[in-house]
Amino acid sequence: MLTLIREICVRLQETSLATAIRESRWLFPTIETLHVLATGLVVGTITMLDLRLLNLASRDRSVREVSAEVLPWTWASFACAAISGALLFSSDAVKYYGNLQFRAKIMLLLLSGVNTLIFELGTFRSVAAWDRGRTPLAAKLAGGLSLIFWISVVTLGRWIGFTTTLR
Amino acid sequence: MVTMIPELCDWLSNTRLSLLIQNVSWLIPAVQSLHILSVAVVMSSMAMLDLRLMGVTARGQSLAAMAARLLPRMWIALIVLTLTGATLVIGEPARDLPNPAFQLKMAMLVAAIVLTAIIRRQIKKNEMFWEARPGSAKLAAAASLLLWVGIVVAGRWSAYV
Repeated sequence: MLTLIREICVRLQETSLATAIRESRWLFPTIETLHVLATGLVVGTITMLDLRLLNLASRDRSVREVSAEVLPWTWASFACAAISGALLFSSDAVKYYGNLQFRAKIMLLLLSGVNTLIFELGTFRSVAAWDRGRTPLAAKLAGGLSLIFWISVVTLGRWIGFTTTLR
Repeated sequence: MVTMIPELCDWLSNTRLSLLIQNVSWLIPAVQSLHILSVAVVMSSMAMLDLRLMGVTARGQSLAAMAARLLPRMWIALIVLTLTGATLVIGEPARDLPNPAFQLKMAMLVAAIVLTAIIRRQIKKNEMFWEARPGSAKLAAAASLLLWVGIVVAGRWSAYV
């Protein structure tokens, strides 16, 4: 299974698009900048919702109000971050696949997704009952974990840069 | 003035503070990560506010209410950015001070802060100021977005220049 993934990585980085990104002087930095901008928007907006779930910010607004305002941004910028991230990954797939910080980052992204899913399908179903007041423990947990996951994703992302390029 | 920069970098990188920053191996990456997280706060606040100012997003919320909510956290994030940024410059002055991408970033930062302050001031004096002048509002919002995005781009490019 692992050798299969590695094989896919080899094939991926040999595609003309991946090769173009790897060999161009400006293409990688440009895509990386877009990745940073998109990630910034994801983290900045999801933080607003997480802080509301933790009752630490925007307490005068209902949870549904905050999430309705914030989530379209989060999803749209996540899509951009994922696409740009995939392009960056493809340019040197084997190296990144073998990079510890990259693997940890992907794991945390998956965990964050699971956390979101559990929250959406579970706790959030009863939101009408606690929309305006204090949030239940499960909601606080989801918000707190989300913050921890995303801060870790950003830190690991920066760390990948340190472990894969010569400065 | 320009010829002073190499000497300034030399002097700075030999101060005790700079040596401390350089020698604690995890400090610069940690400070950079905090810098990036603060960028996220500033960017999302300004993106939401600017698009509202432009009239692209028409929420049931007044511009004044939105600004009152978003701008205080933005200013706090800017303080964190200044502190972390200063740490990074003191730690590695030669990477930043003579770098044209960094200098451009600083110039745009000053412009962005001034513009944001102007936008805020007009709202405080008259809540409907920007509502009544959609053309100027669009211009201000577009300039603000371009500047803040430009700052991030220049920040990234300074690593490659």
